[in-house]
Amino acid sequence: MTDIATTKATAALSGDHAAAARHAMLNRLRIGDRLFGLLTRSAAIAVLAVLGAVIVSLASGASPALARYGFGFLTSLSWNPVTEEFGALPAIYGTLVTSAIAMLIAVPAGILIAIFLTEICPIPLRRPIGIAIELLAGVPSIIYGIWGLFVLAPFLQVTLQPLLIHSLGNIPGIGGMFAGPPYGIGVMTAGLILAIMVLPFVASISRDVFTAVPAVLKEAGYGVGCTTWEVFGKIVLPYARAGVVGGVMLSLGRALGETMAVTFVIGNARRISGSILAPGTTISAIIANEFTEADGELYTASLIELGLILFIISLIVLAVARYLLMRIEQKRG
Amino acid sequence: MNRVYAKRRRRNFIAMSCATLATAMGLGWLMLILGALLWRGLAGLRPGVFTEMTPSPGSAGGLLNPIVGSLMLTAIAIAVGTPVGILAGTYMAEYGRGGRLTQAVRFINDILLSAPSIVIGLFVYEVMVRPLQHFSGWAGGLALALIVIPVVVRTTEDMLLLVPNQMREAAAAIGAPRATVIRFVTYRAARSGILTGLLLALARVSGETAPLLFTALNNQFWSLDLNAPIASLPVVIFQFAMSPYDDWQQLAWTGALLITFAVLATNILARLLSSRGSAKS
Amino acid sequence: MMNAVTRNPEAISEASAPPVKMRARKLDFFYGDSQALKSVDLRLYEHKVTAIIGPSGCGKSTLLRVFNRIFELYPKQRAEGEVLLGGGNVLDRSVDVNLLRARVGMVFQKPTPFPLSIYDNIAFGIELYERLPRSELDGRVETALRAAALWAEVKDKLNASGLSLSGGQQQRLCIARTVAIKPEVILLDEPCSALDPISTAKIEELIDELKASYTLAIVTHNMQQAARVSDYTAFMLLGELIEFAPTTEIFTSPGDRRTQDYITGRFG
Repeated sequence: MTDIATTKATAALSGDHAAAARHAMLNRLRIGDRLFGLLTRSAAIAVLAVLGAVIVSLASGASPALARYGFGFLTSLSWNPVTEEFGALPAIYGTLVTSAIAMLIAVPAGILIAIFLTEICPIPLRRPIGIAIELLAGVPSIIYGIWGLFVLAPFLQVTLQPLLIHSLGNIPGIGGMFAGPPYGIGVMTAGLILAIMVLPFVASISRDVFTAVPAVLKEAGYGVGCTTWEVFGKIVLPYARAGVVGGVMLSLGRALGETMAVTFVIGNARRISGSILAPGTTISAIIANEFTEADGELYTASLIELGLILFIISLIVLAVARYLLMRIEQKRG
Repeated sequence: MNRVYAKRRRRNFIAMSCATLATAMGLGWLMLILGALLWRGLAGLRPGVFTEMTPSPGSAGGLLNPIVGSLMLTAIAIAVGTPVGILAGTYMAEYGRGGRLTQAVRFINDILLSAPSIVIGLFVYEVMVRPLQHFSGWAGGLALALIVIPVVVRTTEDMLLLVPNQMREAAAAIGAPRATVIRFVTYRAARSGILTGLLLALARVSGETAPLLFTALNNQFWSLDLNAPIASLPVVIFQFAMSPYDDWQQLAWTGALLITFAVLATNILARLLSSRGSAKS
Repeated sequence: MMNAVTRNPEAISEASAPPVKMRARKLDFFYGDSQALKSVDLRLYEHKVTAIIGPSGCGKSTLLRVFNRIFELYPKQRAEGEVLLGGGNVLDRSVDVNLLRARVGMVFQKPTPFPLSIYDNIAFGIELYERLPRSELDGRVETALRAAALWAEVKDKLNASGLSLSGGQQQRLCIARTVAIKPEVILLDEPCSALDPISTAKIEELIDELKASYTLAIVTHNMQQAARVSDYTAFMLLGELIEFAPTTEIFTSPGDRRTQDYITGRFG
């Protein structure tokens, strides 16, 4: 109908023969145009639908466990396939502790690297070193895992861990954190591997945020005689704080969800130990290790519920990160 | 020298030394990891790795079936993920710029981009493996595609937004319909950027392990059947590295070397492409 | 408002006015809530060059962008009133916007060659509407490049990227691209503002040649340019058309005090 109207109107407008030919050609293009628009729109909606599908399918897969254990799942310590008693606490604990260790190391180190890259590094070296750090971020996590298992863990077992046990292990109060024999693998090793893995993320995001600080601000600082460190502490960091925290949250999200690097070296012990040298487990490690062997509906459902919990944790972390990054964008206008 | 100033200078020196040291350590890790990888990986690198199947414990063998399996899974991921990702990114930058759907998709896409990959594996298990009651190469490829899509959506949107509006106006001004403008002008202007995004996505999925564990599973034998479990390099590395057998562990190192080499090469290629593209414009 | 516009028609008809090719009537334009054009009435005479002048923000570019409805690329912009071309209102929803743009071509402020070869930059537009054998297409491309006085400079590197040309050459390529699809009207939106004086002179020469075959409208902030290239001049201020008259008249004896102030450089 609209086509007839269009034809009439355009014919009236031109009354020209060439225009009629153009019109025929254009009609063909217009159908393609509409089709293409529709296609892109459906692709966008498909992306939207995937997330909904992920949440719905995880919730439905987890429903037997949700029905059986309720909130008790989050606080239960047991994980016994034989009696079908499952609880998430050891895995959640391991996930949080390994990520905490990783962030404790990677955040200061990453920020220091960013300072080096933006303030100290000779200009010709900035790009190559920056690129090397970014390449480190691209190395697949399974490589970190295999390196951690065969190189780092044996090394820690004979060096750092005995040292920690004999020094800090004897201090009352915190000694319990460093108790037990040096296994090599365990919570601390997993945390270290995660730290090495997220370090490049923290460093390159911080560098990007620091570079965005207006040069005039820094010049003003140097102009009153500040040292590099003072300019960084009093001008760059306060200005870039929200961005750094946002970047840290993004890195935390990666650490929390990382599977392979952790699974190799965590030791896969489904219990909570006070010592960070002891083996433990994380949500992703327990899923990776046990999912294909899980027999019985409740076992599988419990593992899927763990996945759902992990997804929700990473959603919250991402939401906070996005909120912070959005705030600095608004500040910049 | 003024005492206060001396103290400030000392503090500055310490802090800057720490920064330099941290960088040296960061680069040191890279060296250590690459060194170990080369050392242990090269030890097992021989032609047989590319021509023989994965062995049973105690006998010699290669990585032919996981290499081929990985190539197939990655091919599926790129073939499925690229069109969806590019089309969705096109919608966001061209048709629905600033619209509500675009904002929603951008938010969701960010979530998918940083979702733990093992969760993607669980999802594909729920929607594909469980209903069909068998693990399959298709399921593995789909899981990887779900990781490709957000990366491609993100870069496509970003790159198309960089194309100046004047370009679109100029093409529209000679009477080109929107789809024609996009396909022949804006895509071309954003080509190197979009290609970079594809390569980054490729690099990301070629090392992914977690989403394959319970979708494509693994296969000890030669198989090209995508309806059946299929071997992949990362999963074989995982399985062999965790095993107690020396031969298997050696193959795991060699496989790790191959993957790292492929991923780094793809990353460097992407970087070259994007720097050339940005230098031109 | 209306009397400002109709002040001069008598004067023009006395000068035996040529036929009108395109005409805006009671044209209002809105960016969201703010009004950018207020009841504008403007005629473009066939085979003449009409210059539109006025200080920045007076709506002169906006007016041009209504003539080929290019403003419709942006959701919050809308036009009300009429723009007549060959008896029909081109703002009518039923008029196909792409066909309209094929009849009313446009050249922009900044040269915008497509990221294609020189040859394809021109062939792209032609092939939107016509399927031609290669030899005929070659001929059309050559004709267009000759019409834009660019042929001699690029005939040996037709496969080079359009982006490899100099700014002035790029702008002539854009004119060639517009000419190639045989429009009836060509709109030029400050086509020389990004160019050096020599390139500007070439484009101005070109405009003079083009008016034998086309009707042209040029927006410019350069009054000397308006005086040099145009037959008629429209002066706009704050979204209103203040005065429209033959160029010689506008520049020698402007009818409106504000026109005189602008031309003598008292503001803008």
